[in-house]
Amino acid sequence: MVNPVYQNLDVRGTPVRFMRAGKGAPLVLLRGDDASEGWRSYMDALAQSYDVIAPEHPGFGGAPKPEWLDCVADMANFYLDLLDTLGLKDVRLMGLGLGGWIAAEMAMRAKGCIANLTLVDAAGMKVAGANGIDLFLVTEEQGILDKFADPSAGKAEQEYKLTAESEDTRIANQMVISQMAWSPRWHDPNLRKWLHRVDAPTLIVWGAQDRIFPAAHAHEWQKLIKNSRVEIIESSGHTPYIEKADAFVKAVSKFLNAERVPA
Amino acid sequence: MKIFNFHLMPYAHANLEEIRRQGTSWVTYSNAFYDPKKGADLYHEYLDQLEFADKLGFDGVAVNEHHQTAYGIMPTPGVLAGALARSIKHGDVAVLGRALPLVNNPLVIAEEFATLDNLLRGRFIAGFVRGIGAEYHTMGINPAESHARFHEAHDLIIKAWTQPGPFEFDGRYYKFKHVNPWPRPYSEPYPRIFTPSSGSIDTIRWSAQKRYTYCQTLAPIAAVAQTFSLFREEADKAGYQATPDQLCWSNAIYVAETDELALKQVRPHLEAYANDFLSRNPVMMSPPGYSSVASVKRVRAMKAFMSQRQSAEDILEKGVVIVGSPNTVREKLAAYQDLAGFGISLTKTQFGTMPHAMVQENQIAIAKEVLPYFKNRLPQPHVKAAAE
Repeated sequence: MVNPVYQNLDVRGTPVRFMRAGKGAPLVLLRGDDASEGWRSYMDALAQSYDVIAPEHPGFGGAPKPEWLDCVADMANFYLDLLDTLGLKDVRLMGLGLGGWIAAEMAMRAKGCIANLTLVDAAGMKVAGANGIDLFLVTEEQGILDKFADPSAGKAEQEYKLTAESEDTRIANQMVISQMAWSPRWHDPNLRKWLHRVDAPTLIVWGAQDRIFPAAHAHEWQKLIKNSRVEIIESSGHTPYIEKADAFVKAVSKFLNAERVPA
Repeated sequence: MKIFNFHLMPYAHANLEEIRRQGTSWVTYSNAFYDPKKGADLYHEYLDQLEFADKLGFDGVAVNEHHQTAYGIMPTPGVLAGALARSIKHGDVAVLGRALPLVNNPLVIAEEFATLDNLLRGRFIAGFVRGIGAEYHTMGINPAESHARFHEAHDLIIKAWTQPGPFEFDGRYYKFKHVNPWPRPYSEPYPRIFTPSSGSIDTIRWSAQKRYTYCQTLAPIAAVAQTFSLFREEADKAGYQATPDQLCWSNAIYVAETDELALKQVRPHLEAYANDFLSRNPVMMSPPGYSSVASVKRVRAMKAFMSQRQSAEDILEKGVVIVGSPNTVREKLAAYQDLAGFGISLTKTQFGTMPHAMVQENQIAIAKEVLPYFKNRLPQPHVKAAAE
């Protein structure tokens, strides 16, 4: 494993922490409710070829919820500010779950600085007939199991996540997530109106057995983003980058390498 | 002490087996289990009970607001208070309360309360609450904005009642170009305000600062005493001494000839109330942002406790309700008043599955055996010292 560098940045008055490791073109990784967690093996694999930058969302980790945060669009504009502050261009933008929703909203707004986009089991879309489990109505323990196809992998993830040290952070992070995702629940009906503006080549990666946002969501995203294709990861739930890390890395590497722009 | 007759208006014909299976009577317990014919009868029985309370000499009657649950079928309490406004001739009518953050236009509450205050010529009490956690699921309001919406809605309502309109209101959550509600309240400057709460320190402090009446929802008397003591401290900090009529304890009372008979009669109804109607999934109770990190952890710790059914004895032992012979009920109510220092008792005479005839007998017994002994009774501090 590489050791990521932990950095702090001030983006127009909002402090943000991120992990950074690897060499190559910048790959900004926006995570979901796991955005306060540490470095994991899939990041390590990506860092072999890319300069991976994984921020902790503003308001996460015990920081106060930012005054400016009302909805995901605010978070997307914040991250565009962050790209500017870091002076990043030709960014590979990857979003997981809630982070996928943020990334899609960024790609809708920004032309030019995003070289390509990867959405992984992304929140943000409402698909008729493909409702998932309401994570706000289940316990944390159950919610983790619900994210896995294989219950034993879910149990292992419970062990990893549900530590006494992280409990305050997890509860506080949920408040920030709720601010963005409570209503409409995990989606924004306005996305459909504007996703045609995404012109970056886009890979949509999905766990075949995602019970939070069923795989029908992947195909809906694909219909709405013009230059996109879908990769389904078999035998995986909502977090293929954890449950099937090898298959996940293989799928996204193929896409990222094909899209590689000389630095 | 003032004794109000409070009603939750539970759907007494709820399918308790189904509630036990689901672990909650809130949010997910289907309204397919509601029978409108039975429900209509219940509404009329319950309103009859509150009208009866007024004739019997209770100091007032009170209703409240809950959504999408068999626990209480008063989603729009103003309708029921309106139904009572012309038949309650003596006492006050209280709505305890309306959940401010759950509406997108708090001016409808300013209007509704002002209308009730006019109908009742000032015998109206306005309650402001945040709504319970489960209601953020059912009403689609973001719990992360609960506190901020509550305070902004409150400020808007008070302004609408006190500042001559029209004026513009430009809040974060509520924006109105023209605020000019008719009618204005009958009371000067506005109705008495009660703030029911389960005991959050934020609400206690805020209510004390505003010099409102703080109303503690169902809790063991020791916890109630602690909460009221906090309120008095917060009033001291705000530069005044809180009076007993700023402290209101929500309870239930059942009186029969003997302690044994009272317990025997009340048991199935009390146990259904505490274990089935009140049962809610802890995740539903504390949606993210509704309460602080510390409160969420407290609720999680309660989970094990809440999954155990409580017997009527447990509930009595903790002083959550008072059940017994006239003498027992008088002694306990006096002791609890002296311990906690409240001046208002918000008393349910019906709870859970308790049928109409039994409620009326209970009301008659309370009117005869309890009310006369507590007229003008104030907390006796020396007894409180002895109890500690």
